[in-house]
Amino acid sequence: MVTSVTSLGRNGLSDWLVQRVSAVLLAIYTLVVLGWLIAQGEVTYEAWSGFMGCLVMQIANTFMIVAVGAHAWVGLWTVTTDYLTNRQIGAAGTVVRLIAQLVIALLTLVYVLWGLVIIWGGA
Amino acid sequence: MSIRTVTFDAIVVGGGGAGMRASLQMAQSGFKTALISKVFPTRSHTVSAQGGITCAIASADPNDDWRWHMYDTVKGSDYIGDQDAIEYMCSVGPQTVFELEHMGLPFSRTEEGRIYQRPFGGQSKNFGEGGQAARTCAAADRTGHALLHTLYQQNLKNGTQFYSEWYAAELVTDARGHAAGVIAICIETGETVFFKAKATVFATGGAGRIYSSTTNALINTGDGIGMALRAGVPVQDIEMWQFHPTGIAGAGTLVTEGCRGEGGYLINKDGERFMERYAPNAKDLAGRDVVARSMMMEILDGRGCGPNGDYVYLKLDHLGEEVLHSRLPGICELSKTFAHADPVKEPIPVVPTCHYMMGGIPTNIHGQALRLDGGHQGQAEQIPGLFAVGEVACVSVHGANRLGGNSLLDLVVFGRAAGLYIEDALRQGMDQAEPNSDDMDRAMARLRRWDDSKGGESVASLRKELQSTMQNAFGVFRKGDLMIDGVKKVADLRSRIGEAHLGDKSQAFNTARIEALELDNLLEVAEATAIAAEGRTESRGAHSRYDYPDRDDENWLCHSIFDPKTKQLGKRDVNFKPKTVDTFQPKVRTY
Amino acid sequence: MKVSIYRYNPETDREPYMKEYEVDTGGKDLMVLDVLNLVKEQDDSMGYRRSCREGVCGSDGMNINGKNGLACITPLSATAPGVLEGKKALILRPLPGLPVIRDLVVDMTMFYNQYEKVQPYLQNNTPVPAIERLQSPEDREKIDGLYECILCACCSTSCPSFWWNPDKFLGPAALLQSYRFLADSRDQATDERLGKLDDPFSLFRCRGIMNCVSVCPKGLNPTRAIGHIREMLLERAV
Repeated sequence: MVTSVTSLGRNGLSDWLVQRVSAVLLAIYTLVVLGWLIAQGEVTYEAWSGFMGCLVMQIANTFMIVAVGAHAWVGLWTVTTDYLTNRQIGAAGTVVRLIAQLVIALLTLVYVLWGLVIIWGGA
Repeated sequence: MSIRTVTFDAIVVGGGGAGMRASLQMAQSGFKTALISKVFPTRSHTVSAQGGITCAIASADPNDDWRWHMYDTVKGSDYIGDQDAIEYMCSVGPQTVFELEHMGLPFSRTEEGRIYQRPFGGQSKNFGEGGQAARTCAAADRTGHALLHTLYQQNLKNGTQFYSEWYAAELVTDARGHAAGVIAICIETGETVFFKAKATVFATGGAGRIYSSTTNALINTGDGIGMALRAGVPVQDIEMWQFHPTGIAGAGTLVTEGCRGEGGYLINKDGERFMERYAPNAKDLAGRDVVARSMMMEILDGRGCGPNGDYVYLKLDHLGEEVLHSRLPGICELSKTFAHADPVKEPIPVVPTCHYMMGGIPTNIHGQALRLDGGHQGQAEQIPGLFAVGEVACVSVHGANRLGGNSLLDLVVFGRAAGLYIEDALRQGMDQAEPNSDDMDRAMARLRRWDDSKGGESVASLRKELQSTMQNAFGVFRKGDLMIDGVKKVADLRSRIGEAHLGDKSQAFNTARIEALELDNLLEVAEATAIAAEGRTESRGAHSRYDYPDRDDENWLCHSIFDPKTKQLGKRDVNFKPKTVDTFQPKVRTY
Repeated sequence: MKVSIYRYNPETDREPYMKEYEVDTGGKDLMVLDVLNLVKEQDDSMGYRRSCREGVCGSDGMNINGKNGLACITPLSATAPGVLEGKKALILRPLPGLPVIRDLVVDMTMFYNQYEKVQPYLQNNTPVPAIERLQSPEDREKIDGLYECILCACCSTSCPSFWWNPDKFLGPAALLQSYRFLADSRDQATDERLGKLDDPFSLFRCRGIMNCVSVCPKGLNPTRAIGHIREMLLERAV
């Protein structure tokens, strides 16, 4: 009933799924890392670096960074369409929202790419 | 003064069950139809109907027959229901109810998947010989709500043009008395517009608010009756007001007869099931007039319940929580809210409460409004352009006492019938009455009167006085001297209301103006009721007099006709000529 | 007791204000609507909607001491502590989030528009039988808790998502009605109905905060209905 070009998923169900699936991934990731921290006792740079540098964690980190990016995009896109609208802030709403979405999209993209570089580039 | 005019093929005034069934019929056939309603349509009083719609669809009993339903209805009417109209309603009923189901009405169901039917008062099998019937089709205890929303939804689907929160103030007629449309006010803006149409259908509902204690919504102010009377259209059997046996004491909210249909019964302060004494066969499911009178007699004889002994109890707890919550969920809610009694545990305090106007604008089975052509006993002629359906009309299928569940059937059967007839008439070409400027001025006079008022009594206090006058003199039991006094008081109120004051004259959503205009209508209905009640010197159906305690078939086996021009009561023959069955001859009416 | 009511008449007032009234209730636990009627006897310019006065027509939804509800079935004792005893004022405001026409009367056009968008009518193109369409009691039971909606708008106007996007998010009331037809075994337009709901706004703006459930005067649960629709959408997509 409502079309919306700036929603990248283009459909509510996929956006909704992306948020749920990414949240589950992030939760699992958090538990794993917490578990490691507790099991480790005293955490040194070497231990941390070794843990994060192994292939399994590199893959996990990749999922994590993409999940954060997707989760953040859907969430912030929603926030902009709730609050940065003509109804809320007047006639400039559409322009402000577009700019905000552009900035958010760019930042998200940069962070995700940067993250990937950190994960895979440091070997 | 010229006002904006909008033109339609047909306009329907009133967005309840009858109005929306009529508008649906016409919208489906593509005629330009407007529905004018003073409230958003789903706020109309049909929404409050609970128990169901009575109709021989042969679900509960595969052998059920519409003729049995007809017999019950004729008997229930105390023999002044028109038998051709009752025949039409009962025989067309099943088709009409099936149509509603096809539209999506969420009826409760039997194990076979058919529509659930429950027993209601006054129902029998085999022309009174076969015991209690279960003929009332129900959607839990929210049948009216389900019906009204379904009809609104269908009207949306079919593109009816709604004028919601527009108040029809006056019927516009030409010099010959032919209907040309209505003057209506947009409540939101205050704008006054002339809705001009070839067919004007009144579906304005009842006027229970002429009494201080009523099950009726606050909007039931008899606007259609008021407009008709002011335009010189007579009303029929207007003295016949149904007092529903079970209104919640104090609050006036309705408790459906379906409670007794499901097995509930009334008890007095001694815990006695007193209806066994008054109606040994039907007991609590006797006609409403009979049950209401029996309750009043218990109360007057000192066997009422409560500290003042002014109500009786409706006992339901023996039905068990499961039945109550599945079959009567709305009643459980209402009782807890308004009587602070949970029916699962304790009985509900109830008292007979004004419920339904059997009388109204006389019509034929096509909904065409009728007037007498001067003669007595008589010959009725159609009023071109004017139709009435539902409670505002008197076809008459209810006569002197309506059976429970017959009102919803009346709405949809005759709403549909009027729609069908108008459709056909429009196809063949209907005349448009053309009012001149005098006719328009006459229609606008009342609006101007209130807008020009500079001082005087308030609408609220006059309304209260009118209501208590009607309550005291024209209730369940009526007395000649009290009624003569009541007629005088109403006449006095007429002159005072004519001088009353409207304080707020603003335009935007001015509810004070609407209430003032409604008061005029309440007065018209009250006056007609008072004069007709005083004039009918017998007891029949809901009209019960101490001074004339018996039915008088010799003089009063007829309709009363109140003529607004002379304020005199006339008579009109009852139809005893159904087309396909033998006449049901008047008998002594016992349950 | 003291009653404080939101007043606004577009013809005379530049902006809305709260007006205080002193009403004699005789200490009785009246319904809020009864109190309003007493106010109107004092001041006939007071504007509000009402019809059935028993909680089935949905006319008199309003904000009562901060919570949406129907005036006619909300007793003073249920409004806020101290109101019945006269220690605290009864505070009446129009339903939030919709334009005010006058006093407690709001313009419900946006609310009704959303209702109309869900095609709130049964769709079934099979030839109609001579009698009713059959439906088992079990199938019928599936629309209990859905068809009872009275369109009072208490739920939708208590929903922030509806406040922010009343033109795009259907709101709890319309979604409840959407599910009423999706859940009806007689309706055949399931796929079409679901297809129309599958955008980021119409349904998915529901964040499940359940304000709608907590205010519904009929005790209905729009959040649960929305959850069911989401499940149907998921099932259809996966």
